[in-house]
Amino acid sequence: MARVDVALGPASPSLDGGHPAADERAQRIFVASQWQLMWWRFRKHKVAVASAVVVLGFYLVVVGADFLAYADPNASEAQRSLMPPQRIHWFDGWRFAPYVHGIRGVRDPQTFKRVYRADPDQKIPIRFFAHGFEYRVLGLIPATRHLIGVDGGRDAGTTIFVLGTDLQGRDLWSRLMYGTRVSLTIGLLGVTLSLVLGVVLGGLSGFYGGMIDTVIQRVIEILRSIPTIPLWMGLAAALPREWTILQVYFAITLIISLLGWTELARVVRGRFLAMREEDFVVSARLVGCTQMRTIFVHMVPSFMSHIIAATTLALPAMIISETSLSFLGLGLRPPAISWGVLLQQAQNVQTVAISPWLMLPAVPVIVAVVAFNFLGDGLRDAADPY
Amino acid sequence: MLTYIGRRAVLAIFTVWAISVLSFAIIQLPPGDYVTSYIAQMASMGSVVTDEEAANLRIQYGLGQPVYVQYFKWMRLIAQGNFGMSMEWRRPVTEVIGERLWLTVVVSVAALVLTWALALPIGIYSAVRQYSVADYLATFVGFIGLAVPNFLLALVLLYLGFVLFNAHIGGLFSPELQDAPWSPAKVWDLLKHLPIPALILGLAGTAQQIRIMRANLLDELRKPYVVTARSKGLPERTVILKYPVRVALNPFASTIGYTLPYIVSGSIIVSLVLGLPTVGPLLLKALIAQDMFLAGTIVLLLGIMTVIGTLISDVLLVWIDPRIRLEET
Repeated sequence: MARVDVALGPASPSLDGGHPAADERAQRIFVASQWQLMWWRFRKHKVAVASAVVVLGFYLVVVGADFLAYADPNASEAQRSLMPPQRIHWFDGWRFAPYVHGIRGVRDPQTFKRVYRADPDQKIPIRFFAHGFEYRVLGLIPATRHLIGVDGGRDAGTTIFVLGTDLQGRDLWSRLMYGTRVSLTIGLLGVTLSLVLGVVLGGLSGFYGGMIDTVIQRVIEILRSIPTIPLWMGLAAALPREWTILQVYFAITLIISLLGWTELARVVRGRFLAMREEDFVVSARLVGCTQMRTIFVHMVPSFMSHIIAATTLALPAMIISETSLSFLGLGLRPPAISWGVLLQQAQNVQTVAISPWLMLPAVPVIVAVVAFNFLGDGLRDAADPY
Repeated sequence: MLTYIGRRAVLAIFTVWAISVLSFAIIQLPPGDYVTSYIAQMASMGSVVTDEEAANLRIQYGLGQPVYVQYFKWMRLIAQGNFGMSMEWRRPVTEVIGERLWLTVVVSVAALVLTWALALPIGIYSAVRQYSVADYLATFVGFIGLAVPNFLLALVLLYLGFVLFNAHIGGLFSPELQDAPWSPAKVWDLLKHLPIPALILGLAGTAQQIRIMRANLLDELRKPYVVTARSKGLPERTVILKYPVRVALNPFASTIGYTLPYIVSGSIIVSLVLGLPTVGPLLLKALIAQDMFLAGTIVLLLGIMTVIGTLISDVLLVWIDPRIRLEET
């Protein structure tokens, strides 16, 4: 986009004026706000824009997990344990009418394992916006509509399992939706806590310098040279067994963020150091602004974008930490559902070899981490549009 | 130079102290103390601990005294080489950990060496041939390496090995040599099993190092001294390897201190997936059984090990980078 190219190259000749059209374009850039310039810059990074869409999609799942799930994620049924994903037939003849075949579980007389066979005569139509289990929209409004569903009850023969079931016969797709909600919000909460710690400590370090700076920098160096996973494991294992899901959830968030704030503090400190001597900060101080006002009204807004970028880049680490801890059985514990809890079922190679679909929860983990990384990269490049 | 190393050493001592406090906290956090869990343990096996024995144990470990006194008693025991008893194994912690700690060191060092051995040539290549197919490939593999948590990578490789080759790629020894005493054959067996865990552990670090090396070298390649070297008629290989690579190596080397804790961290969880006989599975078992002396000791030893490794890398860095050597502060 020509307009953006001008924005990126202040030395380009069109800025010198002369040509009326170029002049107008240059005018646009001069009056554009910082955020507008950043947006133009960000838009150029195509991969980052695509990643932003993916991330947005993930958070839509977080909000609409109940609607997208079609089965109660905790409803177990021994009759349909480890059922493979069902194939969806999208067309019935030439008509668009998705359906699945009914599945019958039989016990293999030789191995005593349950095997499932599709029954080609039985067609179960998939209904859109069907009624299913009851939930509350945003925790408030009771509702029963789901994106897809089938008629009738939850009898093993007549329901759909898009991604198969786990050992307890629970629907993997629905559990994945709820797991996404937990894993992504824990990352977001953890990063928020880290941000508060990072901004306060990094800010103190960069603004005052001297003794405080030295101490905080040494603490960061010490924290960064400690292997984190054993520490997390130790702290997480010390959580009382009788705590509720919610308590464990917040405790894990706290543990992850306590050890994850160092990078954010480093970025904030760097910005403070760079800005302390800037003219506008000096003049703010000279006209008698209080320290609080100098920091929060004059300094913080000018490096807000850097903080946002650093936060986005810190999120994947949070997601991986939660997943690792839960995978080990030290993070969230069933009946809580998260990506890590789901992957726990895939710990054993023998199980995975027989039921490879249990590894599917690894896909959203990887996609989310890649998307956040690219998005953060794009934001970081756009953070300084001048 | 000495001041620099001295400063790093002081920082290392502080780090070890911080790790010891954290490990102690891990031991202290769960409700009850060592003796109550010991009594419960014995009761579940049908034997009874008399009040007198319990009191003696409490005195030995200084339980019931203020926390800082307990911490100093623990430190004093450790200084004497006594890390306490493992409740679960009912043997001294040092005996339980035994050679697992050394195998952890071996795996971590192998991962570190592999990281460097891969990142250095690949980084140089993708900088010199910027935007070539191989460069894009390296960038792509790098991103995958950064994005996939290493335990998932281990799981996927294990699965592929199982399905495609019907082979179990985990472990560090062949089954027949598992419990055999050390011999050249066993060492060779260990070396044969090392590459896969080392690769899994090192991939994320390698990806990062390739990006650092590539960026550093790209900055250097545009400098006038490179043009000078080339116009003198030096062969291209000498131009690249003798001047810009040497300069680009320094920031590359300084990241080793952050790579090591990362690898040690990863080795815990990867060992669990691959079934490696390192301290990883032991730590998890100890934590689940609330065998806190064992768990605390493992965390402490892992931390100390990492600090020593980082210190060695700092000294190496001083050796290759004259700018640090000459720095006065």
